Amino acid sequence: MAIELIKEEAVARLLEWQISTVVKVRQETSSVKTFTLAVPHWTPHQAGQHYDVRLTAPDSYQAQRSYSIGSSPEQRGEIELTVERLEEGEVSTYLHDILIVGDQVELRGPIGGYFVWEASLGGPLLLVAGGSGIVPLMAMMRHRQATGSKVPTRLLYSSHNLEDIIYRKELERLHKEHTGLEVFHTLTRGQPEGWRGYARRIDLQMLEEVAKPFGDRLKAYICGPTALVEGVADGLVKLGIPASQVRTERFGPTGGT
Amino acid sequence: MSGTFLSRGFIGKRKLDGPPERVPPGQYVTHDFPVLSAGPTPRIPLERWSFEINGLVRQPVHWSWAEFMRLPSQQFTVDIHCVTKWSKLDTQWEGVSVDTLLESVEVDPNAHYVMAFCDGGYTTNMPLKEIVEGKAFVAYHFNGTPLPSEHGGPARLVVPALYFWKSAKWVRGLTLIENDEPGFWESLGYNNHGDPWKEERYYGDRTD
Repeated sequence: MAIELIKEEAVARLLEWQISTVVKVRQETSSVKTFTLAVPHWTPHQAGQHYDVRLTAPDSYQAQRSYSIGSSPEQRGEIELTVERLEEGEVSTYLHDILIVGDQVELRGPIGGYFVWEASLGGPLLLVAGGSGIVPLMAMMRHRQATGSKVPTRLLYSSHNLEDIIYRKELERLHKEHTGLEVFHTLTRGQPEGWRGYARRIDLQMLEEVAKPFGDRLKAYICGPTALVEGVADGLVKLGIPASQVRTERFGPTGGT
Repeated sequence: MSGTFLSRGFIGKRKLDGPPERVPPGQYVTHDFPVLSAGPTPRIPLERWSFEINGLVRQPVHWSWAEFMRLPSQQFTVDIHCVTKWSKLDTQWEGVSVDTLLESVEVDPNAHYVMAFCDGGYTTNMPLKEIVEGKAFVAYHFNGTPLPSEHGGPARLVVPALYFWKSAKWVRGLTLIENDEPGFWESLGYNNHGDPWKEERYYGDRTD
């Protein structure tokens, strides 16, 4: 767990709360929306970082949650937060059910200095996501694209069903552009007819197939529910990838969201 | 409370999961035990495990797992608060008080801070005075069973008065130092101190 990178850029900077404005809302899947927020005191983030969102009720009651940034730092002046609606959630249900274009959202960030990637760090890059864990990895892929990076990159993305794949069209496009970014999907609950991707939970064999061409020099970023993250991180270590090259982040109903 | 900004249409669910006086600002109570870590879970065989106190002590000391298990242990029930906003109340642990460990060394009077070090390379810093007098433990049981590796087993530091990233998982020792130095997250934008009641989450948040 070397802190080689970016230390000097995880610069000591005060994180003040500020009021952003919703400029766009996009429905990604039946339970996932992307909110584009104009941020008045915007500072460039590193792909992989998050913002804290704080909601305040009329009687001063507050709730806070962290959300990963899905947009690349090259998208200046605004950020995109892609949020899964959790039935029991207090903040995600508000964002999904109440928030519309023109509303204001209090937030502060960007935050986090380890689960980050920038083009200058190079690769090859192995990205592994489960469900909404794709969000910070999408920021990395968009940043890679925006900077014209040719770093060999493979995404292994586990979703329940085809219609649960977040950013599906954009991932297809990135894959087809032949810039050295390859996307591998696995669908764990149901597959459409003629499905040619994987159809099971990520296991060691799948990891080996996807990671093998990169040898043991790859840099891995894993984000998803705990069981997926633990399994994939363990698997990569078993395949001989040094633990210091494997970075993890959790996503799900508790903890990471 | 900050300013006068109100979130249009926000009321909140306000699940009464715990007495408000036990839930610090910005936190919510969970009954799960979320797992957060920056990399793969280290898995060290117990026969290779040891715990060490070094740095500003007359003579460093270390214990093998078997020796550590023979140290007087205590059970303790505490509330824990993670910087990612969840709190968990009444968690039950068993382990060795840092006070007990420090009895085995002669502490240099210039030692004012400690750096905890861990398998996997993780480090975290705190003032020495905040982990003595019953305020911190090296825990190896959670809810009466051996601490699972994803939660920091075989042993983790537990410092309930600070955000939970200070409760270093897979802890292997404490280095006593004179001058404060940032640990892993403290070098990456998180608060140097981390008091949940003052909401010291990130760099520059209130630190008295």
